[in-house]
Amino acid sequence: MSDILQQIRDAIIRRKRGEIQGLVETAVKEGIDPNGIIDNGLIAAMDVVGQQFSDSEIFVPEMLVSALTMKMGLDVVKPLLKSDNARPRGTIMMATVKGDMHDIGKNIVIMMLEGAGFQVVDLGVDLTVEKLMEQIESNKPDLVGLSALLTTTMPEMRRAVQILHERGLNEKVKVMVGGAPVSASFAEEIGADGYGADAAEAVEVARRLISDL
Amino acid sequence: MLIAAERINSSRKRVAQAIEAQDGEFIRNEARIQTEAGADYIDVNAGAFVGNELECLKWVVEMVQAATKLPLSIDSPDPAVIEGVLPLLKRPPMINSITLEPARLNGILPLAAAHGAKVIGLCQSEEIMAESTDDKVRLAGQLVESVTRAGVPLNNLYIDPLVYPLATHPQAAMAAMEAIERIMKEYAGVHTICGLTNISYGLPERRLINRTFLAAAISRGLDAVILDPTDAPLFAALKAGLAVAARDDYSMDYIAAFRAGRLG
Repeated sequence: MSDILQQIRDAIIRRKRGEIQGLVETAVKEGIDPNGIIDNGLIAAMDVVGQQFSDSEIFVPEMLVSALTMKMGLDVVKPLLKSDNARPRGTIMMATVKGDMHDIGKNIVIMMLEGAGFQVVDLGVDLTVEKLMEQIESNKPDLVGLSALLTTTMPEMRRAVQILHERGLNEKVKVMVGGAPVSASFAEEIGADGYGADAAEAVEVARRLISDL
Repeated sequence: MLIAAERINSSRKRVAQAIEAQDGEFIRNEARIQTEAGADYIDVNAGAFVGNELECLKWVVEMVQAATKLPLSIDSPDPAVIEGVLPLLKRPPMINSITLEPARLNGILPLAAAHGAKVIGLCQSEEIMAESTDDKVRLAGQLVESVTRAGVPLNNLYIDPLVYPLATHPQAAMAAMEAIERIMKEYAGVHTICGLTNISYGLPERRLINRTFLAAAISRGLDAVILDPTDAPLFAALKAGLAVAARDDYSMDYIAAFRAGRLG
């Protein structure tokens, strides 16, 4: 593994926003394949950051600044990807369910999913099941992530999974759920495919569900 | 400074268990300790009991009223729940809360007007939860208009500017405090209120951030707050904040709190 990739990972893990662009430019000049920079530099670093967060070694803003640093690096390398060479890891739609306006947790998960190389479509907050179905049918994501902070809006998740099954879409589109009142047993009970207790776990679940497709 | 005491909330595990087990003594004790600690209103919430919220809340209200003479703050977004609880109340309550969403506005304001209740209004509409100072002040203006039109006196409106976490919104505290200052100036007679726990989400030593924010918000004119009055350092910061903000003449309350052993 080249030294410059190690430096890129360090810069992201240590949140050095001022250094990242120069380091990625150096890696490009050294002739490292852009996909290699993304996989072994940027994404590998965010895996470490996610783990640190899960282990309570770092706090939310530290994780966010790492994600911002990663994005700055990604912006340097993205234009260099030829379209046939760009390997999207899968498309994920994220939303907070109807009746719920809370988006802080969802937005953190989105940042981490993007950090892991997924294409993420943010459908915002207070999203009806009907609108979600329209979006699924027109955009054909691999995975849908639903968030709720209120116990009162959790039943919307159950409805979403139900309707997905009724329409026979559950083979093509997986569903993961999360949010403070949501638990693994609730996810299982409503027939969701996965549950993430925090942003790092959501990334792992997304990887597993999408590789199963 | 009006204190709505927040401990009897079903999102706390111990409270949910007590409601489930009909452990009246636990609830009565929570009401008593908050009353003794200086609460003005006792907030009651049974929102965790989806489908059964009204019945659970009615029971909680009875327990609390058996333990304290203080008025209650009825914590539910559901007009039907509020309507169902109102006939039980011995004193005009505070209703926590309305937003600009028509269903909540139209369902709750007539009840508030009829019962002489105070109302907490969140700077939130169907479209947005206000993040910037300008949005907060704009939605506050709409709340003032709606509430006044419904016959609730401005003096009974407590505007919550919405407080975002510093962890994800570095401007969150300043946006809320600037909104508080502008709302108190632009709509004379109205009150401002907020909770203190959101601000510290995702940060270490959350209670330190909570009480620092409280003192700072008091200096901008915040005149009501939702908190746990039994949290000793928080209560001390409240008293010190009022003295520093020249809202405690000759620091009399601050000194009284010292004599009562509540500052250290």
